[in-house]
Amino acid sequence: MLKTLLQGLRSPVTEPAPPADPELLALAANLDEAARRRLGRSLAIREVDAGSCNACELEIQALSNAFYDLDRFGLHFVASPRHADVLLVTGPVTRNMREALLRTHQAMPSPKWVVAAGACARDGGAFAASPSCSRGLAETIPVDLYIAGCPPTPNDLLKGLLALLRP
Amino acid sequence: MAVIDAILVQVAQMALVVALAPLLTGLVRKVKARIARRRGASIFQPYRDLRRLLGKEVVLAENASWLFRTAPYLIFALTWAAAGLVPTFSTNLAFSGAGDLIAIVAILGAARFLLALAGMDIGTSFGGLGASREVMIASLAEPAMLMIIVALALMAQSSQLSTIAIFMASPAVGLRVSVALVLIAFAIVALAENARIPVDNPATHLELTMVHEAMVLEYSGRHLAMIELAASLKLLLMISAIAAIFFPIGLAASGAGSAAYGIGFVSYLLKLLVSAALLGTFEMSIAKMRVFRVPNLLGGALMLGLLGTLLLFISRGL
Amino acid sequence: MIAVVLLCLAAFLVIGVFGAVLARSPLGTPFVYGASAVVSAIAAIVGLMALARAPSTLTLPLALPWIGAHFRLDTLAGFFVFVVNLGGFGASLYGIGYGRHEKAPWRVLPFYPVFLLALNLVVVAADAFTFLFAWELMSLTSWALVVADHHGADNRRAGYVYLLMAALSGMTLLLAFGLLAGAGGSYSFAAMRAVPPSTGLAAVVLVLTLIGAGSKAGLIPLHAWLPLAHPAAPSHVSALMSGVMTKVAVYAFIRIVFYLLGVPSWWSAVLVLALGGSTAVLGVLYALMQHDLKRLLAYHTVENIGIIFIGLGLAMAFRVDGAAVGAALALTAALFHVFNHALFKSLLFYGAGAVQTATGARDMEHLGGLIRRMRFTSFAFLIGCAAISALPPLNGFVSEWLTFQAILLRPNLPQWAFKVMFPVDGALLSLAAALAAACFVKAFGITFLGRPRSPAATEAREVDGFSLATMAGFATLCLLAGIFPGVVIDGLVPVTQALLGAHLPSQIGLPWISIIPVAAARSSYSGLVLFAFIAATTSLTVVAIHRFASHAIRRGPAWDCGFPDPSPATQYTAASFAQPIRRVYGATAFLAREVVHMPPPGDMGPARIEKSSRDLVWDFAYAPVVRAINVSATALNRLQFLTIRRYLGLVFLALVGLLLTLVLWQ
Repeated sequence: MLKTLLQGLRSPVTEPAPPADPELLALAANLDEAARRRLGRSLAIREVDAGSCNACELEIQALSNAFYDLDRFGLHFVASPRHADVLLVTGPVTRNMREALLRTHQAMPSPKWVVAAGACARDGGAFAASPSCSRGLAETIPVDLYIAGCPPTPNDLLKGLLALLRP
Repeated sequence: MAVIDAILVQVAQMALVVALAPLLTGLVRKVKARIARRRGASIFQPYRDLRRLLGKEVVLAENASWLFRTAPYLIFALTWAAAGLVPTFSTNLAFSGAGDLIAIVAILGAARFLLALAGMDIGTSFGGLGASREVMIASLAEPAMLMIIVALALMAQSSQLSTIAIFMASPAVGLRVSVALVLIAFAIVALAENARIPVDNPATHLELTMVHEAMVLEYSGRHLAMIELAASLKLLLMISAIAAIFFPIGLAASGAGSAAYGIGFVSYLLKLLVSAALLGTFEMSIAKMRVFRVPNLLGGALMLGLLGTLLLFISRGL
Repeated sequence: MIAVVLLCLAAFLVIGVFGAVLARSPLGTPFVYGASAVVSAIAAIVGLMALARAPSTLTLPLALPWIGAHFRLDTLAGFFVFVVNLGGFGASLYGIGYGRHEKAPWRVLPFYPVFLLALNLVVVAADAFTFLFAWELMSLTSWALVVADHHGADNRRAGYVYLLMAALSGMTLLLAFGLLAGAGGSYSFAAMRAVPPSTGLAAVVLVLTLIGAGSKAGLIPLHAWLPLAHPAAPSHVSALMSGVMTKVAVYAFIRIVFYLLGVPSWWSAVLVLALGGSTAVLGVLYALMQHDLKRLLAYHTVENIGIIFIGLGLAMAFRVDGAAVGAALALTAALFHVFNHALFKSLLFYGAGAVQTATGARDMEHLGGLIRRMRFTSFAFLIGCAAISALPPLNGFVSEWLTFQAILLRPNLPQWAFKVMFPVDGALLSLAAALAAACFVKAFGITFLGRPRSPAATEAREVDGFSLATMAGFATLCLLAGIFPGVVIDGLVPVTQALLGAHLPSQIGLPWISIIPVAAARSSYSGLVLFAFIAATTSLTVVAIHRFASHAIRRGPAWDCGFPDPSPATQYTAASFAQPIRRVYGATAFLAREVVHMPPPGDMGPARIEKSSRDLVWDFAYAPVVRAINVSATALNRLQFLTIRRYLGLVFLALVGLLLTLVLWQ
């Protein structure tokens, strides 16, 4: 116990922030600049799994650990869409999750952004041919930012989310 | 002149508590992050969060009533008023005669009463769950707190917080068993009142473990900002109260010069730093309890408070 | 002064006669309640004036010819006349509107004014006969009001239990007065006071008084009738019974124990402290388990009676040791709470009555969402809830704060029992206060907040103007008594001075309108400054937020975790809200048990939860008594069917038996 606590005195194991991706930054620059300035260096994220295979969730989960440490950028996950600024969606949006997703989006106070993480959320990915899924998130709600990858690595996710923050 | 002095101190204190409350929350989070070997958010992150929330839209449920809309302001105002009565850097507060420690606890009780009602207003199951658990915890924490007050008041012959602080700073305190008992009980109550681990988890996202968070699930924007700030303020208040009662070093008395106020201010900041470190360390070294084990913990605090009081009834020296 | 009160009482009698005559005409309701309100208002003012005057007495050649009926209006009686008629005024005003919905007004109207008369008569009676007559009249008229709606089996049972307990209370008080009168045989209070009884006799009288007055007030374990009877009556009568009649019982206790008995023995103070503490906590625990709004309120009356008796017990304890200032402080706290409880309990019953009028339901499981349909009622009810939960800056907080100050006073009490009882009662008092707050979150939250749980609640309409005005008035009084507590404390000065020979220092001239029971260094409280302070921080917050924060607002569906939730059944209910507390406290207090039956894995059948709880007081104190009475009544029933010859034989036998006893006695 004491040993674990004393570890706090040693330097953090968190890795340095990933370099900014100019492509993503350019994409984000098209977003509402005034709203971004209003929110500043703080974003609350509500994650919705719209039928993903959970690979993306594993990577998203990793964002909170000591190596990627999402917290240090002022980003954090919240329990209620009422508290959130960013809707982070994974999966191809199955028919059964569609309404839940819409209601979550509707429950969020503006200004708000929708981020699609992973190949499925972009265009249906591996499930694109399935009759019970749509072809990506954009068919349901307008998407502000795509994070590519199947699944996207934590660093990819970080890069994408950081692009939303005002520099 | 003395009155003006006291009013100035009072105003300074009101501003100070609101200004420092988010910083304290940020400090505790930083400590917890560092123990987990994370870099952690900046200690100023709570200010940024508040600013973000203030800039956002409010989404109200269709059936939200006036109570839901007014409660956040009242909760914050009540907590702020209570925090204004707790000596932070000086005991020379203009309004300290308006309410003693019992009144401070009762004002916090009023804030909690409103918060629990606000949680039930929309009629979702989470709101009811949070409110129901909150009042269950409060039904034990509040009596424990009152027994602590009774014990302290018996020692100091007064239930005024500033008088208690002055008494505890004087050599008349000596070494007492009841002080130790009361300190432990106070710490437990403070954890419960502020929804900290092991009673509640301020950072939980799992609905089943929520107490405080479940009540505020419906709040957004500026309303949420008010509630978050009130929560930070309450943490600051509790820590200030513990500091003023048990570690009253450096508190500026009435009629003191500006140097004394300076010392009081610096020592207050130091106390906040130390307590943030202690709280963070404690929270990282313990797991959250099951909801129905919490009564055992708080019942223990109540018994400690009662024991401290009993000892004082038996002998004034204990 | 006393003559005016007696004239008011005569007026009540006349109104009662008119009530009987006019009962079936549409004029009956407004006339009876309107006239009662006017007479109550006059009597209340007289009571208030009596606080500042010397006692006035009057003997009328009524009742038993050679004794007459003694009446006396001293400061204590004046205070209670004020409380009784304040409650009576409110109930009458409320009744003008509420009474319109009465289905059978002829069962209420004749008895209502006579009930008010009896309440007043108890307070101004100054001899045992008049007192007991008034006491029984109070019991009987209130019984008639309880069974006014006799169609429900529950109400009939409530009336039956109430009558039994009223008989018990009358009998014990009769015995108490009999012992007090002693060999002198004078039944006037003045004569009793002049000759204090011996210690042993005083002990018996005290126990009898505790049973007699305590059962009327609702002290545990004599409370079981109260939560049955109070809710059964029409709501304004419930308010009178809970808010006022229990106070008259407290008056009886104070009159006998503090006025007639002299300095009590230490164990009697311990007994009262123990009873008060356990009544406070158990009363609120019972209340938490209820889902009938009026019954919940009735159980809270039990709790508040406990708080009052804690104050009285403290006063007795201080009196034992001759600490007059402490006794004055504790008695002031108890009387302040009497006043407060009369205010907020009446208010809450009016609110419950309004809810019943609007929805036809008392069961909270069928209510909900009323805050949107009944704005004024809900606001007034919220004030009442906050006041009874002892939240500052309302009045309930002040009296409980004063009780705490009395506990904190701690002179060096020599008795070990006090050393233990004081802190324990402090703990019980704080537990009761915290649980009361929990209970009123439940009462308000389930009834007024959330989504409507029944069609009736969906279509509720705000009630009439008279009811609203009464509620608004009482809510304002709750706030005023909380902000200016010094006025009430100063009003109580003559009462404690007359009873204990000591009083609290005058509060009105103090700076910041604060109250300082003992010394400024010890403790002070200023409701006004606190109220202004909270108002200032609130307005500052609101202004700052409106100046700097976003103004955007949007209405949307409640956050339902993504899935539409059309049924209000998914909300927390009264039972589920109380479940954690039931689980924490109920396991010992009520032997509450919960058993979950899970179907075996693979079985698609439903899981079942079984809950059970027992009222231990009912099981062990009441059930045996009721059984014994029933058995003996059945046995005695045979005596009704004897021949004349046998009756004569019985009379003869009884005579012989009595003579034999007399011979043996000497």
